[in-house]
Amino acid sequence: MSHHNLNTLTAVELGELLAAGEISSVALTQACLDRIESVDPGVKAFLSVDREDALSQARASDERRAAGQPLGPLDGIPIALKDIVAVTGQPLTCASKMLENFVSPYDATAVHKLKEAGAVLFGRLNMDEFAMGSSTENSAFGRTSNPWDLDRVPGGSSGGSAASVAAAETVLSLGSDTGGSIRQPAAFCGTVGLKPTYGRISRYGLVAFASSLDQIGPFTRCVEDAAMFLDAACGHDPKDSTSLPGLETNFLEGMKNHRDRPWKIGVPKEFFAEGLDPEVRASVESAIQFYKESGCTVEEVSLPHSSYAVPVYYILATAEASSNLARYDGIRYGHRSSEATDGIDLYYKSRGEGFGEEVKRRIMLGTYVLSSGYYDAYYLKAQKVRSLIRKDFDDAFSKVDCLIGPATPTVAFRAGEKTDDPLSMYLSDVYTISANLAGLPAMSLPCGMSSDGCPIGLQVISPVLQEAEMLAVAKRFEEAHPYSGIVAPSNGKAGSAS
Amino acid sequence: MKYEAVIGLEVHVQLKTNSKMFTSVPHGFGNEPNRLIDPVVMALPGSLPVINREAVAKSIQVGMLLGCDIAEVCKWDRKNYFYPDSPKNYQISQYDQPLCLNGLVEIELAGPSRSEEGPHRKVKLTRIHLEEDVGKLTHFEQDSLVDYNRAGTPLIEIVTEPDIYSADEAFAFLTALRRILVYAGISDCDMEKGQLRCDANISIRPVGTTTLGTKVELKNLNSISGVRNGVAYEIARQNQVLAEGGSLVQETRRWDADRNMTTSMRTKEEAHDYRYFPDPDLMPVSVSEEWKAELAKDLPEVPFDRQRRYQQEFDLPYSSASVLISDRMLADFFESAVEFGGSPALLANFVVNDLTRELSSGDEGVDLSNCKVQPQGLSELVKLVEENVISNQIAREVLGEMLKSGGNPRDIVKEKGLEQSSDEGELEALCREAIAANEKAVNQYREGNAKAINAVKGFVMKATKGKANPKVVNDLIERLVNE
Repeated sequence: MSHHNLNTLTAVELGELLAAGEISSVALTQACLDRIESVDPGVKAFLSVDREDALSQARASDERRAAGQPLGPLDGIPIALKDIVAVTGQPLTCASKMLENFVSPYDATAVHKLKEAGAVLFGRLNMDEFAMGSSTENSAFGRTSNPWDLDRVPGGSSGGSAASVAAAETVLSLGSDTGGSIRQPAAFCGTVGLKPTYGRISRYGLVAFASSLDQIGPFTRCVEDAAMFLDAACGHDPKDSTSLPGLETNFLEGMKNHRDRPWKIGVPKEFFAEGLDPEVRASVESAIQFYKESGCTVEEVSLPHSSYAVPVYYILATAEASSNLARYDGIRYGHRSSEATDGIDLYYKSRGEGFGEEVKRRIMLGTYVLSSGYYDAYYLKAQKVRSLIRKDFDDAFSKVDCLIGPATPTVAFRAGEKTDDPLSMYLSDVYTISANLAGLPAMSLPCGMSSDGCPIGLQVISPVLQEAEMLAVAKRFEEAHPYSGIVAPSNGKAGSAS
Repeated sequence: MKYEAVIGLEVHVQLKTNSKMFTSVPHGFGNEPNRLIDPVVMALPGSLPVINREAVAKSIQVGMLLGCDIAEVCKWDRKNYFYPDSPKNYQISQYDQPLCLNGLVEIELAGPSRSEEGPHRKVKLTRIHLEEDVGKLTHFEQDSLVDYNRAGTPLIEIVTEPDIYSADEAFAFLTALRRILVYAGISDCDMEKGQLRCDANISIRPVGTTTLGTKVELKNLNSISGVRNGVAYEIARQNQVLAEGGSLVQETRRWDADRNMTTSMRTKEEAHDYRYFPDPDLMPVSVSEEWKAELAKDLPEVPFDRQRRYQQEFDLPYSSASVLISDRMLADFFESAVEFGGSPALLANFVVNDLTRELSSGDEGVDLSNCKVQPQGLSELVKLVEENVISNQIAREVLGEMLKSGGNPRDIVKEKGLEQSSDEGELEALCREAIAANEKAVNQYREGNAKAINAVKGFVMKATKGKANPKVVNDLIERLVNE
C-alpha cells in the first residue's frame, strides 16, 4: 500500500498500519498538517491549528507504541475538533467574537476520553456561531467552503468538521448536532456523520446551544471509523446529569453481530414530500431499492407530526439558548465592551458587540417564547408536541427496525443563497431535527452524487441506543457502493479522488 | 381605629454540606475572594451542573422536621435575570414544584417572667424550596468587585404564610426555626456570616378585618434582634402614617440598625419576568419512600418536644428545661448523664447552673464536647450527693476540681477527705461546742427568732469545712437547744 496519501485513508486502515509499524503517528499527523497548508486557504475549515501541540501528541503516541503500550485502535489517529468543545490551553471561540480570546482551562469529558484513547486531538474547526446555523456562514471569522465546490457551503453548524474530513485535512473530526449540525454537513460534504442517542456522549465541556438537544458525534470517511470514535467517546459521565448511566458497549464489535440480519426498514412518507430535490429523491430511492435487494423488508411508515418538528425545534432550542447564552456578559470572561457607561450598559454593549445577527435573533426568539403570557402558548405547547413527535417514532419502531430517508432536502447550496432568508435556511434541517427532538441516534452516509458533482446523504434513524444496528445498516450500503473513503479534490471542482 | 399587624417571613438558609449545590467545590465563609471556584461556579462555556444529593437530603429533612408535604420528585427550574453576582445570569431554583409544601413551626412567646413558660402556637409555612446562593458584590466609587466564593452555596428558602402578628412573634419564629435547623445539623444559621437571612413582608389592617393591607417588604434584617426591632419599628411607622391620616404605599424598605429606623429603597416594584422554565441540564430527582425512611432515622427530637418531655418525664421546672433545650449539646449531655444514673433534677441543676457557668468563664475553645467533665463523671458526682457522701455545696467544689484535673469525683472526694460526716457522736460534741459559743443566738432562737439558729449551724459547718451532713446537724441542734 502506498503511503503517499496517509491522510486520505480511514482510521481503520491507518490503525492497522500504525500497529504493524509501517507508519508513524508523526508522519500521519504531518501529512494532515501539510494537507491543511495546501488546501485550507481555500476550504477554510480551520480557525486555528496548534501544529506543535499536534506533533507532540503524535510523538507521544509513537513512543507508547514503541514501548508496546498503545492505548487502543485510535492511538495516534488525528481527530480535529469543532471549536465548541473545551480543550485545556486551547482556544474555545464557538466562532464568536464574544469568545475570540477565550482559552479553556479545562477538558471536555469527550476530549478527555479521546485523549485517553491516544488520539491526536488538534485544530479548532470553523462553525456557525454558537452552533446556530446550517451553512457555517454565521461564523464571526469567515465562512468555510465545501471542498467539492468552493462556491458552495459545507452545511452547518459543524461545517468545518465536515469539510476537514472531506478535504482529507484530518482523518476524523468531532462535531456537535443539535438539529442536524452533524448529519446535514456530512451529507453536503460526502462524509459519514453520526449523532448518537441523547446522553451517550457527555456534554460536559461542549458549549451549550440547546441543552436538551445537543449531542457530540463524529465525522468520518467510513462507517467503521464512526464506530471506533463512539467506542472511545461514549460512556457515563458523573459531570453530566443527562449522561446515560451503565452503558458500556463495543460498537465496532457490536455492528458485526448485526450484519446479516434481514432488517425491516421503514421509509417515512413525510420525508418524501414537497421540497425534496428530484436528484436527492432518486439517489435515496435507489438506496432503498438496494436494501430491498439485500433481503430487507421495506415499508412505508408515517410520522404524522413531522411537519411540526421545525417550529417546535425553533421554540425549544431558542428558549434554551436564550438562557444558556446569558452567561456571556463580559464580566468574568469574553468580550467586554470598552464603550459601556454603567453596569446595564455593559451588558447591552458587550452582548450587542459580541454576538452575531443569527445568535441575537435566536436569543430574542427564545426570550420571547419564555416570557410570561407567552410561555403556555409557545414553550409548553412545543413540549407537548415534542412528546407527540417522540410517540410517532415509538409507533414506527414498533413496526420496523430503523428508518431511512434523505438527510437533507437538497445538496449543498451556494454561499450567500439563503443568508437573507432565515426560514429557508431553517428548512434545510427539516429531515434531521426530529431525531434530536426524540433523542434518537441518527446518521448520514454518502449515497450518491448530483449531476453537478455534489454529494448526497442517506439518513438512517434508529431506536434509542441502537447505534450498533444503525452502523450495521449503514455498513451494508457502504460495502456495496464505491463511495467509501471519498476525498474531495483539492482544486475544489467536483470529482472523485480515487 | 385599632390596627393589627400581619407579617410573612422569607428566610434563606445556607445548608451545611461538604460541597456547593451543583459542583464538588467546597463552600464556606471568610476565604480569600474567588478561591472557592471552578468551571461550574464561574459558568465557563461548556460547564454543567450536577445535583448535590446531600443538599437535597438535608432539605427533605427540614421538610420532615417542620411537618411539610414532601414532593415525590425534586425538579429544577431556571430563574433568568441579569446581575453580576449571578455567574450564569440565571439561578437554578425551584418554581412550580417546591420540594416542601405547607408545614408548621412551633413558637414560644415570652412568659410573665423568665422562669414561667409563655404561650405556644404554630406558624404556618407556605413552601420550602432549594436553590443556589449568588456571589457577593462590593461597590466602590468607580468600580464594583465581585467575589464568587458564595455563589452556588446550597440555599433553602422558607416562606411563611402571613401568619405572624407581632415583632415578638417574628423573633420567636426565627429563634425556634434556627434552633431546629442547628439541632438537626442542617445549618449553623450564623446570621453574621449570612448563613441565615430574613426578609419580612409587613402590613397592618383594622382589627377584625381579614383582607391584607398594603404590603411593605423589609430588607437588611441582619440579626434576630434586628428582625424584632425592624418589624416593630415598621409596624409602629405604618400605624403612625394611618393615624396621621396618610396612606401607605407598597414599597421595599431597608432596616437601618444604626439609626434604628426603616428607609424606603424603592417604591415601584420593577415588573420582573424571570422566564422560569425547567432546567434541561438537570434530571428531576425522585424522592422515594425508602430514601425518606433513611433520612428520617437521622432526625433529632425537635426542641419543644424535648422541653415538654423534660417537664413531664423528669419533672424539671420550665426554667431548667428551657435552658437545657436551648442548645442541643447541653440537652444531649444532660440526657446522657441521666442514662448513667442520678437524679435528673440534680443533674439538670449542675448542667444548667454550674457547668454552663464554668464553661463560659473558662478557657476559650472549651465546650461540652471537649471539656474534662463528661456525662458519666457528672452522674457519679450526683450519685455521691444522693448517697449523702457529700453535700451539694461540696459537690460544687468537687465539680470545680473535676473541670480542672479531669479526675473521678469519688477519687477527688477521697483524696481531699471531703466525705460528709454523719457520725452523730462526733457531731454532737461539736454542736454542744457551737451552742456554748453562740449563747446570744441560742437565746434569740429560744425567744422565737427561728433564723437565729443559723449562726449555730454555720459554726458547725465551718468547723467541719462543710463536710457535716446538714440534716444530721439540723436535727442535733434542734434536739440540743430544746433539752
